[in-house]
Amino acid sequence: MTTSDDATKNGSEESADQAEAIEAVENVEGTAAETTPETEEKKETAKCTGGGLIIFTFIAGLVISLIVGWIIFPKLLYSKKDQPINFNHKLHLEEVDNSCESCHFFREDGTYAGVPTLAQCIDCHEEVEGDSPDEERFVNEYVAKNKEVPWLIYSRQPDCVFFSHAAHVKGAGMDCQTCHGEIGESESLKPYEENRVTGYSRDIWGKNISGITTHTWESMKMDDCAKCHAEAKVEASSVQTKKDACFVCHK
Amino acid sequence: MKEEGKHGKANKFGMVIDLDKCTGCGSCMVACMSENNVSFKEDESDKRLSITWMKVYRITNGKKFPDAEECFLPRPCMHCEGEHSGHSPCVSVCPATATDYSTQTGIVSQIYTRCFGCRYCMAACPYHARHFNWWDPVWPEGMEKFLSPNVSPRMRGVVEKCSFCFHRYQLAKDKAYMDGRREIREEEYQTACTQACPAGAITFGDLNNKNHKVYKLVKPDNKHHGKPRNPHAFRLLERLKTNPKVYYLSSRDWVRAAGDNYTVEEKRKGITSGSGSGH
Repeated sequence: MTTSDDATKNGSEESADQAEAIEAVENVEGTAAETTPETEEKKETAKCTGGGLIIFTFIAGLVISLIVGWIIFPKLLYSKKDQPINFNHKLHLEEVDNSCESCHFFREDGTYAGVPTLAQCIDCHEEVEGDSPDEERFVNEYVAKNKEVPWLIYSRQPDCVFFSHAAHVKGAGMDCQTCHGEIGESESLKPYEENRVTGYSRDIWGKNISGITTHTWESMKMDDCAKCHAEAKVEASSVQTKKDACFVCHK
Repeated sequence: MKEEGKHGKANKFGMVIDLDKCTGCGSCMVACMSENNVSFKEDESDKRLSITWMKVYRITNGKKFPDAEECFLPRPCMHCEGEHSGHSPCVSVCPATATDYSTQTGIVSQIYTRCFGCRYCMAACPYHARHFNWWDPVWPEGMEKFLSPNVSPRMRGVVEKCSFCFHRYQLAKDKAYMDGRREIREEEYQTACTQACPAGAITFGDLNNKNHKVYKLVKPDNKHHGKPRNPHAFRLLERLKTNPKVYYLSSRDWVRAAGDNYTVEEKRKGITSGSGSGH
């Protein structure tokens, strides 16, 4: 009996051991089965918060970069200066009889006078004509002292550019507005914006920092010249580029 | 300018320099430098670094008195056309499209703002007509006010050369536009060196126009790369087939022979540019 008992005991012990072992295995399996989704969940939440943070940081950084690049930088890039005298184009255009060319005229040799000098202004403004404070200041500060007005030229091109007004206005019959816009309609002069890096006027690149323009007068870059030249089928005389020769506009 | 071809027919501006008339006074060099804002250094003793768009060389026949003779040879840019239009030695090597050949004027241009100073063109030019700016130009105080506004001064690190006073062509064109013309007249476009020469040795004009003096002087055979038909006319290094637009005139055989790198043997046989070598 003992033996059998023992054997049974042993057997039961064995079976208990086995059961324990199975339980242990089960336990192990159970732990594995039970804990795995938990940790995954934990991991997932960690991933969610970490990923969200990364995406948030990325979007925030992108937004900040875009704001800096498109709004703050262009503002910093250009310094604003006021013209010495606030000139009223509209008022003058009503007074003169030869439109823009009354003051911005061609000389006989084909060169272009550009911004008028004091000598032309004096023709009418020897004395104060109207009641504008700007005119009074102009007469007192410049005419009386025989001093040229240091106008800031919106459309001044870099030194290496040769632009012929005669070729475009007399030769091709273009309007002033094509490049200069409706400046003749303006009642006051906008502030002159100078690129702090290049020293060029903002009118060269254009108001739109992305360079997208809807009118021909909104920017005066080389690309704008080239675009119009291509459309007008200006003779392609360059051997290198099969377009206009560089020397046409460069010096 | 709305239609193609409105600019009129193509010009081929060229120069004829009569070496029998040239006295070597150097007026052309001075006129060129002041016209084109050519910079100079405080110490100009090292001529290898000097910039001279127009340079007067002195050549001799190498003989002793009483047979010794000398000749002065002004050398601007030759504005080579090459074997086909625009195949100038410098234009074909420029990696920056900074130098270009215009089929409208035949002028080899140099755009300083495009040039990045690799100096391939200088190596390619057989006439030493190109110069490199090793320094930014420094003008003596007050001289800036006397610079020509029509020519942009060059900066350090770019190559420059004679432009046949291209700005004068542009100004002449402007005048023509004012008068409602498309063509410019011969006297309207003349280079500074031409006008400065007191001996009248330099002539400038359109080699395509049979009424221009340059054409009458050399009678270029435009069907054969502009080879001169005047036996006294020659071009420098004709045998390189650079097809230059600067012609020289001389009645002296040894001067014409000096225009190309003939071998002693060839010289002995009397082969010179004027007597029909080259292609």
